[in-house]
Amino acid sequence: MTPALFILQRATAAVLAFAVTVHLATILYAVRGGLTAGEVLGRTRGSAWFLAFYAVFVLAVSIHAPIGLRNVLREWTPWRGRSLDVALALFAVVLLALGLRAAWAVYR
Amino acid sequence: MMRASHAQPGFVAALLHRLAGIALAIFLPIHFLALATALNGAAALDSFLQATTHPLVKMSEGVIVVALTLHMALGLRVLSIEFLPIRERTRAAVSICLAAALAVGLVFLLNVD
Repeated sequence: MTPALFILQRATAAVLAFAVTVHLATILYAVRGGLTAGEVLGRTRGSAWFLAFYAVFVLAVSIHAPIGLRNVLREWTPWRGRSLDVALALFAVVLLALGLRAAWAVYR
Repeated sequence: MMRASHAQPGFVAALLHRLAGIALAIFLPIHFLALATALNGAAALDSFLQATTHPLVKMSEGVIVVALTLHMALGLRVLSIEFLPIRERTRAAVSICLAAALAVGLVFLLNVD
């Protein structure tokens, strides 16, 4: 792993430690008594705090996950080089786009 | 054959961390696509949520909750080893991470309807 990727991986890990803790607490609270669209959207629609939190969460995930997968693939498979980096950069873009779209879907 | 080094708690920690991370990387795009059904209105999201009430789906969600907690706990272990001036007791740390992940998974499964 290059120094830049190492720093990005660890910095996003620190952000995610906070974000995942909040997310897990929200999940455990939200699933009590069943999950309905009304309950979910009632909490999320129009909440700028919610949108900002999940935008940061998604951004951190879309940096953290591809770097982690790159490490795993380089160590466990013979896949190396530019094609691997391009594939994981694409994965990062797809995660970012899908994640922001999901956050927007439950916010608007 | 399992090498002697593979029985070391540090190896177990790294393996569990990676396997949980891979599971989350596969799950995330599906999770995002599911949430985006809300773009078609509350009824669309509701019909998706109805489809997830099957016990096997609930169990899979429990597994993902365990994977998320485990990946985070083992990640905090890595950060603390790398950035804090502590001497880690790996066997105890891995046990605590696993216990925390299973406890959160259990709380999820006991609360989910």
